Amino acid sequence: MTRKKTDYLWIGVFAVLVTFAVPWFLWRDATTWQGLPVWLWWHIGWMGLASVAFALFARGAWDRGMNVDPEEVGFDG
Amino acid sequence: MASPQLPVQLGIVGGYLVVALAVGLLAYRLTGRDAEDYYLASRSIGTVVLLFTTFATLLSAFTFFGGPNLAYGAGPEWILVMGLMDGILFAILWYLIGYRQWLIGKIQGYVTLGEMLGDRFGSRRLRALVAGVSLFWLFPYVMLQQMGAGEAIVGLTNGAIPYWVGAAGITLFIIVYVVAAGLRGVAWTDTIQGLFMLGIVWIAVGWVLSSAGGLDVVSSSVAETTPEFLALGGGLYSPQWMIAQAVTIAFGVTMFPQINQRFFVAKDVRVLKRSFALWPVLVVLLFVPAFLLGTWAAGLGIAVPEGSNVIPVLLNEYTPAWFAALVVAGAMAAMMSSSDSMLLSGSSYLTRDLYRPFVNPSASDEREAWIARIGVAVFAIGTFVVSLFRPGTLITVGDTAFGGYAQLALPVIVALYWPKTTRQGMIAGIAGSQLFYLLHVFLPALTVGGVTVFGSTYFTWDFALYGMALSLLLTVGVSLLTTADADERAETFTVGTRAD
Repeated sequence: MTRKKTDYLWIGVFAVLVTFAVPWFLWRDATTWQGLPVWLWWHIGWMGLASVAFALFARGAWDRGMNVDPEEVGFDG
Repeated sequence: MASPQLPVQLGIVGGYLVVALAVGLLAYRLTGRDAEDYYLASRSIGTVVLLFTTFATLLSAFTFFGGPNLAYGAGPEWILVMGLMDGILFAILWYLIGYRQWLIGKIQGYVTLGEMLGDRFGSRRLRALVAGVSLFWLFPYVMLQQMGAGEAIVGLTNGAIPYWVGAAGITLFIIVYVVAAGLRGVAWTDTIQGLFMLGIVWIAVGWVLSSAGGLDVVSSSVAETTPEFLALGGGLYSPQWMIAQAVTIAFGVTMFPQINQRFFVAKDVRVLKRSFALWPVLVVLLFVPAFLLGTWAAGLGIAVPEGSNVIPVLLNEYTPAWFAALVVAGAMAAMMSSSDSMLLSGSSYLTRDLYRPFVNPSASDEREAWIARIGVAVFAIGTFVVSLFRPGTLITVGDTAFGGYAQLALPVIVALYWPKTTRQGMIAGIAGSQLFYLLHVFLPALTVGGVTVFGSTYFTWDFALYGMALSLLLTVGVSLLTTADADERAETFTVGTRAD
């Protein structure tokens, strides 16, 4: 993929992560599973997913997003 | 009435505080005399410590007592608000604001937000404005911690120890601590406290569940007593309210002096990356159990006396006194770490952005250090005195502070990314939105020609969001209408040389 395309992809991923951190489609739903509401399980799973997405972002697109070379910021203290 | 457990409870709380003090003093022995070491630990903070020092700073009375109280009163949806705000929005801002500031700070050697903006826009006035606004909103938030500590001690000891003793105790402790330790000490104890809190809250969940008969029993009593709590939304929780809370808190948090200053301290970029990815998990690990405890307390029919917090009451009911004391000690430690971080950063704003540029430019480092320490003591005593009047619940006092800081966030983001931002645009954006926000906080709601102004919402959305929109509009609009002066140095904020 070209640089532009991956950048837009990341913006999209972040937007989806923000939007569905609260499961709006379960609004007023009171179903429980294993003693906790299903919407809470969704949220817990979603946060795990967010962590994975953030880790991938940090590995792949972190420096490009700021337009810097990895070598440039690799210096220590 | 004094219970036979009182000595045990006080012994545990006291013991914990002494351990924290010992760590601080150890760090003090390693602290250098210059400002970069005192405030930024020489920009040498590693992943675990950065993660936990930021985390512990967020672990304030607002999250640890206010959050469960809200879950007790209105249901556990607060978990979602805090998860969205802290785990996701804040993480993204951590990258957008934090990484950018780290890159700039590393090259230019900045220590405070005001210093960074003042230098970029060639304006002492802007620097003072940012520092002044930051210190102003710091006041209610430090006060919140003292209120939390006072209430915690009352709840734990059933009122045997009065509110003011808890609040005064923590004030004294914070002053001694900040004056002695500097950021290295604060960061070290934050790490210990963060790990401790995380562990203890899970043990509390296990203990409450097993003495109440297991998750199924607790869950069915929630379904019986407060069936409304299981359904997503309803009551206090409207989508507008949840979104407004998450947005204002997330943006507000990035502008807290103690959080914003953390953006300058990472040792290298890996530290920032790892913290960023671990953030959502850490948030879930802490907030889910903490707020579920509040919800379960409601389901189990725990009665919380007026002015107390649900967590100590619940634990006194279901766990031994020593364990409840340990949790309260952990929570007080969390409030301390919040407050000492805040005051430490606040003191650097005071000396570097206000005292040195305006009062005494040629002050020696030694003199500056004294001013900082005296400032901390005066500030903490001031918040203590006001905390005695208990001007609102933990959540309302916290909210006001978050909203006030949130007004700063968008102008700062604009400045970080848009080279055409001008000094006048920044001043208009910051001053205008602060004025708007202050009027809404302090003036009573008025109805003019059928329209309510200065109320808490417009068209069901929180006024803080309108203030943020105003700050963006003014910053961009005024920047477009004005031209930059010769001493505004947009190149200061240029990061990266990578060719596109």
